Amino acid sequence: MFSKILIANRGEIACRVIRTARQLGIATVAVYSDADAHSMHVAMADEAYHIGAAPARESYLRADAILDVCKRAGAQAVHPGYGFLSENAAFADACAEAGVVFIGPPASSIRAMGGKSEAKALMQQAGVPLVPGYHGEDQSPELLEYEAGRIGYPVLIKASAGGGGKGMRVVREAADFAAELAGAKREALSSFGDERVLIERYLTHPRHVEIQVFADSHGACLYLAERDCSVQRRHQKVIEEAPAPGLSAEMRRAMGEAAVAAARAVGYVGAGTVEFIVEGDSFAFMEMNTRLQVEHPVTEAITGLDLVEWQLRVASGEALPITQDQVQLNGHAFEARLYAEDPLRNFLPSVGRLVHLVLPEDRARIDAGVRSGDEITAFYDPMIAKIITHGPDRAVALHRLERALAACEVVGVQTNLGLLRGIAAEPAFAAGDVETGFIGARPHLLEAAAAPDPVAVAAAALAILVPGAAQADPWAAQDGWQLNLPSQRRVSLTCGDVSFDIMATPGIHGWALTWEGQTVRAESVEGGVRIDGVRHRLTVLRDGLSVVVIRDGVNLVFVLPDLLSPPKAAHAGSGRVLAPIPGRVVSVLVNAGDSVTQGQTLVVLEAMKMELALTAPQDGVVRMINVAAGDMVSDGAELVELAS
Amino acid sequence: MRLVSHYNPRDPAAAANAEVMREIVADLRAKTERIALGGNEISRNRHTARGKLLPRDRIANLLDPGTPFLEFSAFAAYGMYGEDIPAAGVITGIGRVAGRECVIVCNDATVKGGTYFPLTVKKHVRAQEIAQQNNLPCIYLVDSGGANLPNQDEVFPDRDHFGRIFYNQANMSAAGIAQIAVVMGSCTAGGAYVPAMSDESIIVRNQGTIFLGGPPLVKAATGEVVTAEALGGGDLHARTSGVVDHLAENDGHALGIARRIVRTLNRTKRPEVEIIAARPPAYDPAEIYGIIPSDRRKPFDVREVIARIVDASEFDEFKANYGTTLVTGFAHIEGMPVGIVANNGILFSESALKGAHFVELCGQRKIPLVFLQNITGFMVGSKYEAGGIAKDGAKFVTAVSTVAVPKFTVVIGGSFGAGNYGMCGRAFSPRFLWMWPNARISVMGGEQAASVLATLRRDAIEAKGGAWSAEDEEAFKNPIRAQYETQGHPYYASARLWDDGIIDPADTRRVLALGLSAALNAPIPETTFGVFRM
Repeated sequence: MFSKILIANRGEIACRVIRTARQLGIATVAVYSDADAHSMHVAMADEAYHIGAAPARESYLRADAILDVCKRAGAQAVHPGYGFLSENAAFADACAEAGVVFIGPPASSIRAMGGKSEAKALMQQAGVPLVPGYHGEDQSPELLEYEAGRIGYPVLIKASAGGGGKGMRVVREAADFAAELAGAKREALSSFGDERVLIERYLTHPRHVEIQVFADSHGACLYLAERDCSVQRRHQKVIEEAPAPGLSAEMRRAMGEAAVAAARAVGYVGAGTVEFIVEGDSFAFMEMNTRLQVEHPVTEAITGLDLVEWQLRVASGEALPITQDQVQLNGHAFEARLYAEDPLRNFLPSVGRLVHLVLPEDRARIDAGVRSGDEITAFYDPMIAKIITHGPDRAVALHRLERALAACEVVGVQTNLGLLRGIAAEPAFAAGDVETGFIGARPHLLEAAAAPDPVAVAAAALAILVPGAAQADPWAAQDGWQLNLPSQRRVSLTCGDVSFDIMATPGIHGWALTWEGQTVRAESVEGGVRIDGVRHRLTVLRDGLSVVVIRDGVNLVFVLPDLLSPPKAAHAGSGRVLAPIPGRVVSVLVNAGDSVTQGQTLVVLEAMKMELALTAPQDGVVRMINVAAGDMVSDGAELVELAS
Repeated sequence: MRLVSHYNPRDPAAAANAEVMREIVADLRAKTERIALGGNEISRNRHTARGKLLPRDRIANLLDPGTPFLEFSAFAAYGMYGEDIPAAGVITGIGRVAGRECVIVCNDATVKGGTYFPLTVKKHVRAQEIAQQNNLPCIYLVDSGGANLPNQDEVFPDRDHFGRIFYNQANMSAAGIAQIAVVMGSCTAGGAYVPAMSDESIIVRNQGTIFLGGPPLVKAATGEVVTAEALGGGDLHARTSGVVDHLAENDGHALGIARRIVRTLNRTKRPEVEIIAARPPAYDPAEIYGIIPSDRRKPFDVREVIARIVDASEFDEFKANYGTTLVTGFAHIEGMPVGIVANNGILFSESALKGAHFVELCGQRKIPLVFLQNITGFMVGSKYEAGGIAKDGAKFVTAVSTVAVPKFTVVIGGSFGAGNYGMCGRAFSPRFLWMWPNARISVMGGEQAASVLATLRRDAIEAKGGAWSAEDEEAFKNPIRAQYETQGHPYYASARLWDDGIIDPADTRRVLALGLSAALNAPIPETTFGVFRM
C-alpha cells in the first residue's frame, strides 16, 4: 500500500479521497489553484501545493505541474478524482513515465473507451448491445448531417471525448443540425481539447442505468450492482439511486455481465462505470466512464464497500477482496446533488460567497467540498454538496432524503434545492417511474417558491426588531419608545415583488405585528420563532439590508428599503443586453449598425464550460457593442445596446 | 442602600390615587396623540399627495430604527392662538442618528404651512439651547413658509426671536456642534438662512426651494416672472448656486444622506462619569400612580418615588437625620450616577443648608443633579425670619445657580414661590425641566393667593367701615382660585414652554436616563460657587 498519494483534483471529491486515505494511514498531498488557496480540500490535506492560476487549464489540467509536485512531495501515486485529468490517457502515460502510479485504469483502457466511436466498435465485437449511431472518424459536417438523417431524428450529438453533458446537444430536426453541431464542437473543444463528436439515436423515454464495475490487476472483474441516474436536466444528473427501481434480478445480472464483458474487452483495471440506456426490458451500451463517478456513494451505501479504498488497494497491486457471489446488496440509497445554480434562470450557475451553509450531517451522508464562508466561483463546477441517504427500502431512503433536503440551509447563492425537494416529493418519483425526461415533463418543478406566509413574514420582521447584543446606553433601546405616544415601529420589507408594511408594538414578550389587517404575536425563541403561541423551527439570517428566512429547506429573502438608493427613473427602453453571469465572450455575431430581430443571437458567452446564447430582447438596430470575443465579463456587464 | 417601600397597593386610598392618576395620564396621552397628527386631514393628504413624508415619518426614517425619540414640549402653543397650532408647528427632540444623539428640529408644513408663530420661534430656539448645552449636533428638517406674518411683532424683532436661530447656528458651528439642514419644502426669506448657515445641507429635487424672496415678491419687486423651482429649486442650488451640498431624489433619500453625514462627524461620546451596569428598580415604577395622593395637600414620602426611579432602588442618603424636609442622596439611573434632591415638606433653614451642602458635594464630584420638586415654599414666621431663613435659602439658591454639573428638574407636585428657585426651577437653567401631569406651578397656591388677596380686600373694606359677608368673600375668592388653577396647570405651563414637556410619572426613569445620557455628550466643567452669605 502507498504511504503518500497526491489528489489531482479539488472540491468534494478531493475531500472524499483524503478521508479514505486518512483512514488507511496514507498521507495526502493536495494541489490548488489561485482560486482555491483557502479551499476545504487544501485545509484537509496533509500538504498542499500551489500549481497555477484559477482557470483549470492553467492549474488542475496541467499534468506537468502536478507530476512536479509528486516529485517534490514524494507522492507515490496520483488519484485523479473525476473530471479534469481523470480520463486523460496522456496523463496516465506521463504518470507511468514519471514513476508515479495513476490510480485508475491503464492508459490503453482510457484510450479504448475515450474515443466514443472506437469504443462502440469494440463493444460490438464483445457482444455488448448498442444504440444505432455514427461513431466514425470522418467528421465532415456534411457526412455527420447525412448520418443523422440515416439514424433518424431526433438525434444526439455528443463529444467523442466527453462526458457529464458537456458538448452534448439534442437535435430534433434537420434544419437545426448545422448550428447545433457547431456549438457542440466548440464546447467539446473547450472542455476536452478535442472537437470530435458522435451521433446517436435520441430515445424519447429512456432511463439511464449504469453498472459499477471493478477489476484488479490479477484478472478479477466484478460488478457492484447498478445506479439509476435517469433524473437529469440538460443531461446533468440531479438525483441518482441504487438499485434502479423495478429492475429485475435477471436484468441486473444481464447488464452486470455485459458491463464486465465491456471492461474485460479493454483490459480494464480499477473502478469504472458502464452506462446503459434502458427502455423497457432492453438495454444498450452508451459509454464507459473510466474513473470514479460522482454518484459512487449510492453504490457504497447499498454494498457497504468503500470504493476509494478498493481503488487504492487495486492500484497498489492488491487483489479484490471478494468475489461476485460475495457482493451483497442491502436496502436502497439516494444521492441528491446540491448545486449553486438558478433553476429559474435556465440553471445558470450562481456564483458568490456561501454566507451561510448548514448541511444535515446528522440525517445523511454529506460529501461536500465547501464550507460556510467559501466562494462558489465561475471557474469550476458549482456543486455545493452531495446528500446521500440510505434505508432498508426505497420508501424509507426517499423519506430520509426528503427530511435531509428540508434541513439544508444555503444562503449567498441560488441553489437547486427547491427542485431537488420537488422531485423527491413527486408521486411519480416515489413510484419509481423515472426517465430522462422526468424534469422536462414537469415544468411546475421549476416554478418559483410560493409567496411568504405570515410565519415567515413575522420571522423576518423579528430579525429587524430584536436588537443584537444589549447596549448599555438608554439611547440604544430599540422598542420604538416615544414620549406619551404608543411605542411602535414600522418595518417595511419586500420579498420578490411583494411588499409588507408591518406595524410593530412591543409587548412583555416579543411584539404584536400588524399588517394587511392581521395581527400576530411574535417572539424570537431558541431555534425559531413563536407566533401566536405556536413555536416554529426556522433559521433567520440578517445580512445588511437583507433578511433570509430558511424554513423546511426553502429560503425566503426579504429586503429592507435602502434610503440611499432612491427609485431611479425607469431606464429608457430595454435594449440593453447584459451578461447574466460572469464568463468569457466566445463570439460576437453582430456588428454595430446591424438590424436584428427579437430572439436573434447576438453574443455567445461561455461560463463554467456551458455556452449561453444571448439574444436580442426586441427588434432593433445594434447601437453599440462593448465586448469582443475572448473578453472576460462580469455579472451584469452591458454587452450590446440596441436602439429600437 | 436599598430603600424599603411601605406602599401597599391594596390600600383603598392607593387604588383611588391610582385611578385619578390614570385618568390624568390618559388625558395627557389622548391630547398628545391628537397633537401628533399635526395639521388637519386635508393638509396632511395634500402633503402626502406631493410625495412628501409626514414630519413624524421623516423623523422615524432619520433615526436609528426603533431607537427612542425624546420629544420636547409637544404642548407648545396649546390653546394659545385661538386655533389649533399642534406642537406650535415644529417638532423638536433628541434622537439617535447613526449612533449619535442629535437634536432634531422638524417643521410641520401641515400646520399653517410650517410658519413661525411666537411659540414656534421659542421652541426652535429652546431646542438649539439644548443642543448647545449638551453638545448635540443639530439636524433641521426644513419645510416652512417662514415667519407668521400676522404675528410678526412677536416673531421678528426681539433678542430671542427669529434672528436668534441663525446666531445660534453660527455660534454652535463655531463650537464644533454640527449644523445640518435638510430642505424638504419651502425655505423662504429668513428661512433661507437655515440651510445657508448650516455646515452641510441637502435638498430634495423638485420639492425643496430656497430663496430670499419667492416668485410673487420677485415679480412685485422687479417684474421678473420665474417659477419656484427655477428660482430656488434643488438643481439650481446643488449645481449652480452652491447653497446646498447634496441633491436628493426624495424625502427618504435626503434622510439617508443626512444619516451618512452624521457618520462623518468624527465625534465620540466620552462620559466623564463612572457608569456601572444598569439594574431596574426593585419596585414597579407604575406604582407611583398609587403613591401620589390625589389631594395635593396630603403629604407623601418622596423616597417611595425615588425607589421607583433609581437602579435597584438603591439610594445612599446624605444627612438623613438632619433637615428632614429635604431628602438628599446618591443613586444611579440606568447605570449613570446622580445626586438627588427631593422635597419632603416645607423648607426650613436646616433643609436649605443641607441642600446647599449636598449640591456642593455633587459639584466637587461632578455628579449630575436631579431635583424632584414638590414644594409649597420656605417656612414663614418671626422665629424663622429671625433665624435667618432668607440667608440660608440664599445659600441653597446660590449653590444650585452656580454648580456646573448638568441639572435635571422634575416637578412632581407643587412648584410654588421661592421653593421653585431653590429646587432649580426654569430660571436656574436645568438642562431639562419636566412636569408630571398632576403638578401645579405658580407663585403661590391658588387657595393661599385667594386668602392673601381676600385678607387685603377685607382690611381695605373694614378700614372704610364697611362689612364683607362670607358669601361675598367666597365670590371674590372663586375667580382667583380658578385663575390659579388654570394658569398653574401643566398644559398652560407647557404651552408657554415653561418646561420641556409633561411626562407620564411611570416614564420618569426612562426620560431622566435619556436626558442624562444626552447630557453626557458635553464635558462637565469645574464649578466655581458664588459667595455664600454666612
